[in-house]
Amino acid sequence: MSVYEKLTPVLTKRWLSPDAWRIDVYERLDGYAAAKKALQAHPDDLIALIKDSGLRGRGGAGFPTGLKWGFIPQNDGKPHYLVVNADEGEPGTCKDLPLMTHDPHSLIEGCIIASYAIRANRAYIYIRGEAVHAARRLRNAVQEAYKAGYLGKNILGTGFDLDLVVHSGAGAYICGEETALLDSLEGFRGQPRLRPPFPATHGLYASPTVVNNVGTIASVPYIVLGGAAWWKSMGTEKSSGPMIYSLSGRIKNPGQYECGLGITLRELIELAGGMQDGHELKFWTPGGSSTPLLAAQHIDTPMDFEGVAAAGSILGTTATQIFSDQDCVVYATYRWLEFYHHESCGKCTPCREGNYWMVRVYRRILSGEGTHEDLDTLLDTADNIMGRSFCGLGDGATSPVTSSLQWFKQDYLDYIEGRTAPKLSAKALAGAH
Amino acid sequence: MTVFSQEIQDRAKEIIARYPEGKQRSALLPMLHLVQSVEGYVSPDGIEFCADQLGLQKANVGAVASFYTMYKRRPTGDFLVSVCTNTMCNVLGGQAVYDALTEHLGVGHDETTADGTITLEHAECLAACDYGPVMTVNYDFFDGVNPDGAVELVDKLRQGERPQPSRGARLCTLKEMSIQLAGFADDRDGAVADGVAGDPTLAGLKLAQKHGVSPKGFDINTPIPTAEKKA
Ligand SMILES: Cc1cc2nc3c(=O)[nH]c(=O)nc-3n(C[C@H](O)[C@H](O)[C@H](O)COP(=O)(O)O)c2cc1C
Ligand code: SF4
Ligand code: FES
Repeated sequence: MSVYEKLTPVLTKRWLSPDAWRIDVYERLDGYAAAKKALQAHPDDLIALIKDSGLRGRGGAGFPTGLKWGFIPQNDGKPHYLVVNADEGEPGTCKDLPLMTHDPHSLIEGCIIASYAIRANRAYIYIRGEAVHAARRLRNAVQEAYKAGYLGKNILGTGFDLDLVVHSGAGAYICGEETALLDSLEGFRGQPRLRPPFPATHGLYASPTVVNNVGTIASVPYIVLGGAAWWKSMGTEKSSGPMIYSLSGRIKNPGQYECGLGITLRELIELAGGMQDGHELKFWTPGGSSTPLLAAQHIDTPMDFEGVAAAGSILGTTATQIFSDQDCVVYATYRWLEFYHHESCGKCTPCREGNYWMVRVYRRILSGEGTHEDLDTLLDTADNIMGRSFCGLGDGATSPVTSSLQWFKQDYLDYIEGRTAPKLSAKALAGAH
Repeated sequence: MTVFSQEIQDRAKEIIARYPEGKQRSALLPMLHLVQSVEGYVSPDGIEFCADQLGLQKANVGAVASFYTMYKRRPTGDFLVSVCTNTMCNVLGGQAVYDALTEHLGVGHDETTADGTITLEHAECLAACDYGPVMTVNYDFFDGVNPDGAVELVDKLRQGERPQPSRGARLCTLKEMSIQLAGFADDRDGAVADGVAGDPTLAGLKLAQKHGVSPKGFDINTPIPTAEKKA
């Protein structure tokens, strides 16, 4: 079997049609057929269908989507909400923006079906503020969908009502964390909430709420059309379906490659035309910077939820950032830490203070002033953040630190023992921002 | 006298109406984008306007505004130039681009050139790593940039030209962009249609097309099983 047969263009397929963002073109390409079909079905049958498909969240944690929908209490007399997480900010992740730019109606159609299934009459798409072109297309598509009767009152004559609002964020990575997102959507600073209670019962406006990633919701129309068995014909037993692998870095053709879950990095690199000339694979993230780095020896790890976990990392958002022997893993980690330090919401001490200290230690090492004790300090600090912070941002920040020390300790020692020339000047040490 | 015209006040009402009754505080983020569209930053007047419209304390509005990077605390230029210096773009040359612009423009992070045209910032991952290193002008992308190209780009902006972004719509000013961020349509003729997908976006698709690969067994008429049938 050739490696090309691993490609499974499903969610990405319409991107090839340059005008698929327009409703008339979308409708010609099976668009809104799934909504028509779904609105004839019983909502519980839709939840069962999504459960059967084995669809797992595409936002990083891989939680079973049908199960999440099933947690929404029924006949509780409260309004229900669907909130789409379009805050895409995890370093390396770049799949949701192209989806919303080139095929915005598929997300809207997914919202209609998901809202109907969980009995929500209001849905919000919380889109990252900086994603302006995606938001332009999405807002335009929402207007078109209202005009065509797919949104608003009595959709397609079925008696189902749905209002959909596209809400732009304002630049804060933490707002991708679902409870921080809800606080932000309610008009507050985006800081995570204590759980329990969970959003399924106390979400937006303290009402039952489903929060799902763009890719998760955009998968729904295809499952409604093609069925659970077809969906499961792609991917692996516990990680079903196609997944958009976002390849960046030192390969010849970076970009979006939609493949069945479980493909390996070796195969992905082959699809991407191989490594760039003069570059040899050294380290990579399977699913964004919050997922522990892997090394060249992990090139044959199946990239599904189970396979990556067995290798000691996390599948995350399948944001596959590929670095070579020309890239410095200590510097790469330092830049990620500056990111976590900047984006820490400040609510809890381990994350707020720990990241601050780790950034300083990295600056010292990279300026040639590091000591062997610094490595213990890093591991100690990471240990104190991991599992002790209030939300996943803190845990995620420790991923590049502990994994780079695990696989590439020698690179640190080379700075400390003077074999690698300092990468930062003493000025950088002073100029903390 | 307020700097916020009747039109802006009407827009504020429109924003509030998007959210359920009694939940008008949800309008705060779009409202802050709206006041930024008037003044180019969130001024004390802007904070007061939001507070009045939503029945909030000014201190509460200020605390929210200061949490988010896209709300600027000082007047900005017409063009916000953001260079991604997060790890991937950084190692691919983004740091060199940022350094060259700092040097050329004589401004640092979050500072504006004396002629008031450009505000420079370094940004975190902009969700376009497959196009790295990237920069944005008022959040529309310029892909695969290098130091010389970036300097040329800002010079054009300062000379009044509006270079076409790699994938987004034709450029507008930061104030105009803030109206869109407040949730209003881009009403420039054809702006929504601007921009085509670049090679990285289509990389996997073109390969699949070339090799004639598509998922098998997709039948849109597959029935949705019903509870009765299964039981
Ligand atoms: C710091 C942090 C940032 C996150 N950012 C995002 C994001 O940008 N987009 C997203 O869908 N999920 C993000 N998540 C995961 C969400 O909290 C949540 O799990 C997800 O939206 C659930 O959707 P899913 O089940 O469809 O994956 C983030 C989590 C953390 C801890
Ligand atoms: S872990 Fe960091 S981001 Fe999360 S709540 Fe604590 S301080 Fe905020
Ligand atoms: S690192 Fe620059 S866009 Fe992701």
